[in-house]
Amino acid sequence: MQPERRTYAFAVTECMAALEASRKSDTSILNSLAFRGVVYQVLLASGVILLGWYLYHNAHLNLERQGIATGFDFIGERAGFSIGESLIPFDSAQSYGRALLVGILNTLYVAAFGVVLATILGVTMGIARVSSNWLISKLASGYVEACRNVPVVLHVIFWASVIRALPPPREALNPFDGVFITNRGVIYPLPVENAIYPWMGLALLVGIAGAVLFARWAGRRRELTGRNVSTFWPGLGIILGLPLLVWLAGGAPLEWSVPALRGFNFQGGTSLTPEFVGLLVGITVYTGAFIAEIVRAGIQSVPHGQVEAARAVGLRPGLVMRLVILPQALRVIVPPTTSQYLSLTKNSSLGVLIGYPDLVNVGNTTLNQTGQALEAISIMMAVYLMISLSISIFMNFYNRLVAIRER
Amino acid sequence: MKFWKFVALAASVSFVHQAAPAAADDGPTLKAVKERGHVICGVNPARYGFAAADSKGKWQGLDVDFCRAVAAAVFGDAEKVKFAPLSAVQRFPALQSGEVDMLSRTTTITLTRDAALGFNFTQPTFYTGTGFMVWKDSKVTKVTELDGASICVLPGSTTEKNIAALFKAKGMKYTPVVIENPKELVGSYMARRCDVLSMDQAGLPGHKKFDSKSPDDHVILDGVFSKEPLAIAVRHGDDQWYDITKWAVNATFDAEEDGVNQANVDKMLESSDPNVQRLLGKSGDLGKKLGLDAKWAYNIIKQVGNYKDIYDRSFGEKSPFKLPRGLNALWKDGGLIYGYPIK
Repeated sequence: MQPERRTYAFAVTECMAALEASRKSDTSILNSLAFRGVVYQVLLASGVILLGWYLYHNAHLNLERQGIATGFDFIGERAGFSIGESLIPFDSAQSYGRALLVGILNTLYVAAFGVVLATILGVTMGIARVSSNWLISKLASGYVEACRNVPVVLHVIFWASVIRALPPPREALNPFDGVFITNRGVIYPLPVENAIYPWMGLALLVGIAGAVLFARWAGRRRELTGRNVSTFWPGLGIILGLPLLVWLAGGAPLEWSVPALRGFNFQGGTSLTPEFVGLLVGITVYTGAFIAEIVRAGIQSVPHGQVEAARAVGLRPGLVMRLVILPQALRVIVPPTTSQYLSLTKNSSLGVLIGYPDLVNVGNTTLNQTGQALEAISIMMAVYLMISLSISIFMNFYNRLVAIRER
Repeated sequence: MKFWKFVALAASVSFVHQAAPAAADDGPTLKAVKERGHVICGVNPARYGFAAADSKGKWQGLDVDFCRAVAAAVFGDAEKVKFAPLSAVQRFPALQSGEVDMLSRTTTITLTRDAALGFNFTQPTFYTGTGFMVWKDSKVTKVTELDGASICVLPGSTTEKNIAALFKAKGMKYTPVVIENPKELVGSYMARRCDVLSMDQAGLPGHKKFDSKSPDDHVILDGVFSKEPLAIAVRHGDDQWYDITKWAVNATFDAEEDGVNQANVDKMLESSDPNVQRLLGKSGDLGKKLGLDAKWAYNIIKQVGNYKDIYDRSFGEKSPFKLPRGLNALWKDGGLIYGYPIK
């Protein structure tokens, strides 16, 4: 009988009305459901606030009594330690705040790659599981069962150990010219920076936007005229062609920084570190297995009549999957996949075990250097909360896009 | 693991209401230890010479012997101690939260740790410095040849900061590989993920000897590159417990200076030397002043030994390492070990 969403103001007016009613009739106000509801909520809210205040106050008192430093002043202090890999320049003379930022970026970096790769792997394996080809479907089942039933910690440690077992730099594997596979990671050549490259990036973005517009135009044309315009090759042409033109216009500069063994390590080129690769492969393979199951369930949730109808109008199997099954399956797939993205992001904190300098790794060092455990852990928790909420918000938005629109 | 330490700390500071000062003579820590029946001592999970379980599962090393010394002083029984192996990151919250009574875990005294973390440190039980171990085939002989190297190091250690400062000062670059689990860390070096393993120099011979396929493949570079006075830490706010740990350490120093050791302590009970008489509780009531019995120091020496006994077992002649005493010799012999007068 309670309306689902009522504002506080509304509850108060309701409560006043109940008071009024109880005065008029002889029933006690205590018997009014609305009045009781408000009382319980006020009691609960004040209880929670009081408990929170007590915990904060008492923690503060006890820390003070033990002479333990409190507060977040340490964020501005000089860190004094180095970090193995960083997306932004970092020097030991910079602050703890900067060090934590490096950790946050490393977490986001590995999580972003992990989400993309796990999705590709999961969708592929999920489709393969429902394949009519016996071998493919059994292979996919084998992957899913083997990987989702092993704890993710072991995945991460396993892949890190595999990489550690690769040869050291002096005996590096050299599959292609300039590419080296060692236990220091995969080292590969990189074009030397040039003023034209940022413009090529811009051209790429313009190209992508152009391709999207072209696809929309093609879609409208198909709806209007019924004639199909192929979008794949022209789209690819627009996306890749524009940067290529810019590159040619810039005089086609191409100079590679090729890695070469000097001293202890390879100099030149760039590398994927073993910690990054180990962590990425570990969490990707693990989460991919779960996504595969979600995709399989989504596909099988689409009524078989849809498939038969699609075949009846003459669609090829690939098109049946792409145009009929997957769009409907997405409604089932997206919500549980969100949870997988969230757990993948949080699992990236296992990098601490193998030495990937993610947020937890840098946070632990900060904790140990400053001794401010409560503050350091609070920062880490707040960051993970924010990352997770952002993923949730985005996925909810995407879910609304693919949800059934009532017409 | 870490998470639970954090929960313990959060719970202890959040829920435990400020304890009223104990009315009895025993301070809160001594009282709790006596009621519990054993001392809980935070130690390194695996650092040969300081704290490592031997083949029979018994903890051995200099750090654990000082835990035993405190247990012997309190209970008259050196075995009434439980060891809590703590990672570098876990150690401080564990002590702050009261999960351990004392921290004897290769911990360097620094101003920040003393003042901002709420700890008191005894005088150093061991002097060392940052050291480097490299693979022999890298042909490195000096630290200045380490430019560009990957260095395996524990997180949050003083070592981590020392390396950063040292390399910055010399204008050299390096890649830190930071792993919290010491076994993983040493394993990464042994698998050549790192060119260099860096930690307190006294810890390196153990890894060289026991964790490598062939100890001759590795070289510990000469010289130390920082000051690392390692000491026992206890919490602020319980002076009596601080006094007990501090004087337990001093007792081992003074016993060596006075020539009292594990082997001759019973004979020395008859000594006419007033220092020895006071130390062993034959005269005066020094134990009572600490809240202990008169035999507190006798029990330490009888059951654990004097500083030389402890050192020899862990690093010296009776250990596999045969490290010279160096800075850890008595002051009379040119070292820094200087016991305060027990009187």
